[in-house]
Amino acid sequence: MNLNPFGMNSLPSQSALETAGSGAAQIAQLFYVMVAGAVVIWAVVIGLAVYALWRPGRHDPRSTRLLVIGGGAVMPTVVLTGLLFYGLSFLPELQRPAPEGSQVIDVSGARFWWRVAYRLPDGRSVEAANEIHLPAGEAVEFKLTSEDVIHSFWIPSLGGKVDMIPSRENRLKLHPQVPGRYRGVCAEFCGASHAHMAFDVVVHPRERFDRVLAELAQPATPPEDPQTRAGQAAFLSLGCGACHQIRGTQAAGRLGPDLTHFGSRLSIGAGELRNTPENLRHWITRTHDIKPGVEMPAFENLEADELEALVAYLEHLR
Amino acid sequence: MSDAEETRRPDDGEPRDGEPRDQEPREQEPRGEAPAGSAERLLKAWHTPEGWRYWSAVNNSEVGLWYTLAAFAFFLFGGVLALVMRIQLAVPGNDFLTAEQYNQVFTMHGSVMMFLFAVPILEAISILLLPQMMGARDLPFPRLSAYGFWCFLIGGVFVCGSLFFGVAPRGGWFMYPPLTTEYHEGVGPDIWLLGLSFIEIASIAAAVELIVGALKCRPPGMRLNLIPLYAWYILVVAVMILFAFPPLIAGDMLMELERAADWPFFDAQRGGDPLLWQHLFWIFGHPEVYIVFLPSIALIAMIVPTFARVPMAGYGWIVLAAVGTGFLSFGLWVHHMFTTGLPGITIGIFSAASQAVAIPTGVQLFCFIATLLIGRVVRSVSLLFVLAGLATFIIGGLTGVMVAVAPFDYQAHDSYFIVGHLHYVLVGGTIFPIMAGFYYYYPVVTSKQLSERLGTVSFWLMLIGFNVAFFPMHLSGLWGMPRRVYTYAEGLGLEIPNLISTGGSFVLAAGLAVFLWDVLRPKSKQPLVKRNIWNAGTLEWVAEVPDRPWGIRSIPIIKTRYPLWQQPNLLADIDAGRFYLPDAEEGLRETLVTSAVDAEPMQCLRVPGPTFLAMFAAVFTGGVFIFSTYHWWWAAGISGVLSLGTILTWLWTGTAQIPEKSHKDVGLGLTLPTYVSGPRAVGWWAMLITMLGDITAYISLVFGYFFFWTVHETFPPQQFDGRPVIGPGTLWPMVALALAGAAWAAVLGARRSNRKDRAGAFYGTLVLAIVLAASAGVAFVWGPLARGMDPTHHAYSAIVCVLVLWTVLHLAVAIVMLLYCGARRLAGRMDGRHDADIVNVTLYWHFMLLTAAITAMVIGLFPLVS
Repeated sequence: MNLNPFGMNSLPSQSALETAGSGAAQIAQLFYVMVAGAVVIWAVVIGLAVYALWRPGRHDPRSTRLLVIGGGAVMPTVVLTGLLFYGLSFLPELQRPAPEGSQVIDVSGARFWWRVAYRLPDGRSVEAANEIHLPAGEAVEFKLTSEDVIHSFWIPSLGGKVDMIPSRENRLKLHPQVPGRYRGVCAEFCGASHAHMAFDVVVHPRERFDRVLAELAQPATPPEDPQTRAGQAAFLSLGCGACHQIRGTQAAGRLGPDLTHFGSRLSIGAGELRNTPENLRHWITRTHDIKPGVEMPAFENLEADELEALVAYLEHLR
Repeated sequence: MSDAEETRRPDDGEPRDGEPRDQEPREQEPRGEAPAGSAERLLKAWHTPEGWRYWSAVNNSEVGLWYTLAAFAFFLFGGVLALVMRIQLAVPGNDFLTAEQYNQVFTMHGSVMMFLFAVPILEAISILLLPQMMGARDLPFPRLSAYGFWCFLIGGVFVCGSLFFGVAPRGGWFMYPPLTTEYHEGVGPDIWLLGLSFIEIASIAAAVELIVGALKCRPPGMRLNLIPLYAWYILVVAVMILFAFPPLIAGDMLMELERAADWPFFDAQRGGDPLLWQHLFWIFGHPEVYIVFLPSIALIAMIVPTFARVPMAGYGWIVLAAVGTGFLSFGLWVHHMFTTGLPGITIGIFSAASQAVAIPTGVQLFCFIATLLIGRVVRSVSLLFVLAGLATFIIGGLTGVMVAVAPFDYQAHDSYFIVGHLHYVLVGGTIFPIMAGFYYYYPVVTSKQLSERLGTVSFWLMLIGFNVAFFPMHLSGLWGMPRRVYTYAEGLGLEIPNLISTGGSFVLAAGLAVFLWDVLRPKSKQPLVKRNIWNAGTLEWVAEVPDRPWGIRSIPIIKTRYPLWQQPNLLADIDAGRFYLPDAEEGLRETLVTSAVDAEPMQCLRVPGPTFLAMFAAVFTGGVFIFSTYHWWWAAGISGVLSLGTILTWLWTGTAQIPEKSHKDVGLGLTLPTYVSGPRAVGWWAMLITMLGDITAYISLVFGYFFFWTVHETFPPQQFDGRPVIGPGTLWPMVALALAGAAWAAVLGARRSNRKDRAGAFYGTLVLAIVLAASAGVAFVWGPLARGMDPTHHAYSAIVCVLVLWTVLHLAVAIVMLLYCGARRLAGRMDGRHDADIVNVTLYWHFMLLTAAITAMVIGLFPLVS
């Protein structure tokens, strides 16, 4: 349900009211109930105040004392107690860890991107970045931390947010229901490009999720033609591998996002640009115009053919 | 006589609910006339300095006015920053501002609005009006008010100025580490930490002033259950400031030590924890909301009865609710941290507490509505703003209840929903009531009236503009827009709500511009207002037209809550000088000090007159903070010495002066002492209140120690980073405690010897106390020093060193105080009967001993039991 009348959204949903997960759906329900109550309370109180200003004649102090005690103390106590029980009744389910055997995903925030690692049943894990694939209809357990400052992990359409704090591990369970694409963002101010720290979320039916995870677990596709071979050579000679990992090559850097399956990703620069060759050229040469304060240096002076080869190579890493 | 008739309560005289019963007059009834020439003498004593010396004024009416204007100027500055942000956010991907510029602007917007506008303006209005409401001629410490104002102005200009050099803080008004400790080079965060700490100290100074003012400077007979509701609210708020600001100052101190000296309080790599800052910040930050909100409600509580033409319904309920709100507000801070990964039980408790605070708020709102229902309402622009304030604030309160429900907060937290919520609370709960207050009190201050026509225009522009600007933010937040983003992506459906918000913000600004024009437009041709223009019932409306600098012609006996309505002939008797202190025979500025509960007259207090010392002291104190920002330690040190010298000169010349006569006839046959010490003296109360704030800051540091204890499995740790973690041991802290205890006993001895006028014994014990205190300081430092503690090693080492540092600095201050007492006696300014100095210093020493004892036990003994 698209509740934003200004919709025609060209990006995947980032709305807490377009729910696609159990947590978000429950919270949205809580929200609508509270809004209804709030509207009634506001209308009654303000109606009373306006009536007091505009009505003729005066009122008996005794009846107004009842109003103060009844309206000011008793009513709020009753309403708030009810709301507290109703509201907190959602808490145990939201906080309960995903059942044993659920998919566990480690996500850590870094200025200004997301390191993602899917834990496999055999104890290994599959590393990726800035894009999270989830199985529909199953609870998923996230283990969240940060590599530098405090970030906050928020996929509004699936559920609430949890902060990512250095040297602490927080957890969050999400329970996506509807396959589709969604958008997550950093919700805690983390510096210059806090506004550019997003990620893509793709919810798949279970079989498809298994396939995607198996593909992500594979090492990178080797270059196949002269251009991609030149691109790989450029990648290594320019020193990109000092920060980026491409499994199956000598590039094994840990400071920046893993690029093993970069070509299959929906976006570049942590949700910043759609993943097209044109945008990638733009990103490599004018990084800081797009995303101020990011650690990656801009490669402004690359030869045109070197840039083309690099882009071709990266886009080929599917 | 006709004056009094006119201003008597315009209602019929039947007793109403909540009004006090008539009491037996305990004082003599006013009679006779004031002595000839007394009015001239009184005017001369309270004459406001002219020309360039005008700026040496310390009287509450001048300082309060400057303070109000300065705070309002900072409000306009913060408002312009808000418009700049709204321009940037009008369209997605805008490049009007860069990310760093925007981050500086939003940080400054929040900091300016909170620290340079919301808290100061309410203190400013109180400094201006509180004495008038209580028939006092001034607050008890005029120079302290002036010092606070100059500190505020200097600090505020310094902090705001940084924006024009592009070096402003950019970590948000909440300044979360490690972003602000490890990732922000340059002076920005230091400007925030030091500049605002400086202003927070000024806020605490004003709080001390207002508490003592409200408790001790009331007119005779105005018992606590008769004081204007405004004074009750200010009392509650000032006490809240006293306990809320110190944790932030302690946090600022820790963060500045981490930034300047690498003591790792918030560095998770070295045993620190960034969440410690969040706790300290929000223990301050949540009460802060009510510190800002309650004084505005206080204005409403004055305005509503006047325009309803009846006393406020449910006086006792309102007082109880205000105290309850203040109390509860200290138990809510964790709701700002619901998403930090807390256990469910903590979340449940703080959810419940956060909702409970809505109950006293509801009581207050319903009392206002009940008063309007009982009365015969006269409409005015003031009342319009009151109503707008209530309507807006209730929306903010209701969304507040929503976010207090933790599950909803998981979605709403740090989204634009919160931006909408907090502006509904603060604009509804603060700005609109202050606007109402401006329209209401403008005639008291200037003897002219603001235009009701322009006021109505301003009202509608502001009300509509505000709602258009902020209502859509609730939606943009839930549609996924996080807070503190300098831009947002196209295609998320956020374009139109943001454009609407920007449009609304300019309508709101237009409303403020109309108001500003109304205030600034020339009014020389406009006639003076009638005295007590709104026919109000409280004492501030005694103010004459045009106003006179003496505050009130004579200080009346008060027996009712709305004396101008309920005490016949009061105004005429006041004007005829038939009450207390109608004269200034000695040409001195005098006001009455009364007992805290029953307002029995206790002392004729001489308050100091104009001086530049307060301004100089503020300039030098400012120098300490400003030079420290740039690490110019020498300049900071020199500034510190000059500041200390100026403050001592001010104390020496302005406080605890031995009067020319011990008692004085204050009128109506009452004779009062002119010098008192101990709990009867306002200075003693000021020391007590200041030290309560001081010990709160200290307890916040101790909280840090035990917070680390809870987050570490072994604390103190044995080993870290390949070397053993060294503590101060047990011996030296215990030696230090014993020495501090002996010094305390010597101080008691010195006080005793002074009272008995045994000069030799006095100087002997005083010197002994100084030597013991100095030795205690050395012993405190010796433990860590001799064992080679490195404060940069681990958070444990750092927190121990900061406790020692705090204690030693307090010992140094204690020694200066003892030297001062010795000099006072040597100079003949203190003797057995006039012993306020040593009595106040003894009070300081009680807290000193407590501090030393806690430090010694925490650092020396706790490691043995943990």
